[in-house]
Amino acid sequence: MIEVRNLNKRFGEKVVLNEVSGVFHQGKTNLIIGASGTGKSVLLKSMVGLIPPDSGLVAYDGRDFTNGSLETKQEIRREIGMLFQGSALFDSKNVEENVMFPLDMMTRMSREEKLERVNFCLKRVGLENVNRLMPSEISGGMQKRVGIARAIALNSRYLFCDEPNSGLDPQTAILIDSLIREITEEYNITTVVVTHDMNSVLEIGDHIMFMYKGEKVWEGSNKDILDTDVKSLQDFIFASKLIRDFKQNSF
Amino acid sequence: MGLMKSLGKYLLLLASLFRNRERFSVYVKLVIDEAVLIGIDSIFIVVIVSSFIGAVTAVQTAYNLVSPLVPVYIIGTIVRDMTILELAPTIISVVLAGKVGSNIAGGLGTMRITEQIDALEVMGINSASYLILPKIVASVITFPLLVIIAGFLSIYGGYLAGVFTGALTEKEYIYGIRNEFQPFNVTFAMIKALVFAFLISSISSYQGYYTRGGALEVGQSSTQAVTNSCIAVLCADYLLAQLLI
Repeated sequence: MIEVRNLNKRFGEKVVLNEVSGVFHQGKTNLIIGASGTGKSVLLKSMVGLIPPDSGLVAYDGRDFTNGSLETKQEIRREIGMLFQGSALFDSKNVEENVMFPLDMMTRMSREEKLERVNFCLKRVGLENVNRLMPSEISGGMQKRVGIARAIALNSRYLFCDEPNSGLDPQTAILIDSLIREITEEYNITTVVVTHDMNSVLEIGDHIMFMYKGEKVWEGSNKDILDTDVKSLQDFIFASKLIRDFKQNSF
Repeated sequence: MGLMKSLGKYLLLLASLFRNRERFSVYVKLVIDEAVLIGIDSIFIVVIVSSFIGAVTAVQTAYNLVSPLVPVYIIGTIVRDMTILELAPTIISVVLAGKVGSNIAGGLGTMRITEQIDALEVMGINSASYLILPKIVASVITFPLLVIIAGFLSIYGGYLAGVFTGALTEKEYIYGIRNEFQPFNVTFAMIKALVFAFLISSISSYQGYYTRGGALEVGQSSTQAVTNSCIAVLCADYLLAQLLI
């Protein structure tokens, strides 16, 4: 479980996060949604320590990450896996070396053990016989899957995904969503996904936090999001005529 | 104000290289990889540039020696001193600032904008130490070696140009390069190579590491890295000459 309490962040005069609080549950796919520029990515980056918040705290299973000691932060960081928007694979390393990287840096496993773990992770995300390929030689969807394999290589307890579907075709996007959900349930990890893709919201949103102008304005699940009476959330969800029609037809 | 802020940020970056470091064995492999990229891959340009600057120095010195009172072996002496004192360490460093500096800044800048540096940070790795320290160490190791190669080839280039154009004989050139040789000049050249290596690699890393934006900004960082490195090399060249000679 990850707890965020009264998180504030401003860049100059612009308030990006304003007293944001919330709990992200273990074994569930937690979504942070909202329009562009509402502070979703800043919230995610504050949670993983890439952007230090001005005030407030982030706690991982009761361990204070924001104000904790360097040792505590390092311990927590080793339990975090993250899938970046552009995959962020190391372009000087091949697929195998990318997935093996956290194992090289954080463990004292033998080469054989590491290779076994790499192959297991790659197989888990549906990739085989791609070990020697460079990131530039594989498709965007495959890069995302390699990114997920790298994120789970260390048996992460917390998985963060920053817009995992951006730049992918709808079919591949659904595959990535399904993979994230399967991994979350299978390993009982706490997954936090930043997205503005309504398909993802409806497909995998066990727990959803809606951000608007740097504030959390709604929290719930994909089962009750369509019934919301929050105006800003309605505007966000029903921006697409398709979803407006879907809602009208279902009632 | 902006300069002081940048200088402070640069010094803080250098200090951060030694905090929360990785295992020693990790750096050994990285330094070897970087030494290949920075050193071995620069040999070709060093060979070309140094051979020609030696040859040109010999030809132009011969052209300017119009007085019969000046012995021609002085061509060898001038090529030697110019090579060791200035051409090999400084000119080669300026050339390497273009090749190595832009490569370092471009590489780190690309890693920054594609979130590869963020990926390292999320894993709990000190990205500055992991990425920059090996580049600085590899530069400090390989630059003096490149300067030695450049010095040798420049003097040899001077020999070929001087002898084959008939400006002086082989014996005169050899006599000239041995004439009143000051061993400290070689030490001075090595000190310069070490200082320039540190400046070029650290300034270029700083420019690349703090790149913000997209592909356009990566290009700007590379250009800025080369410009700032060259200015730093020339300032350090003057300061070292004042202090050590």
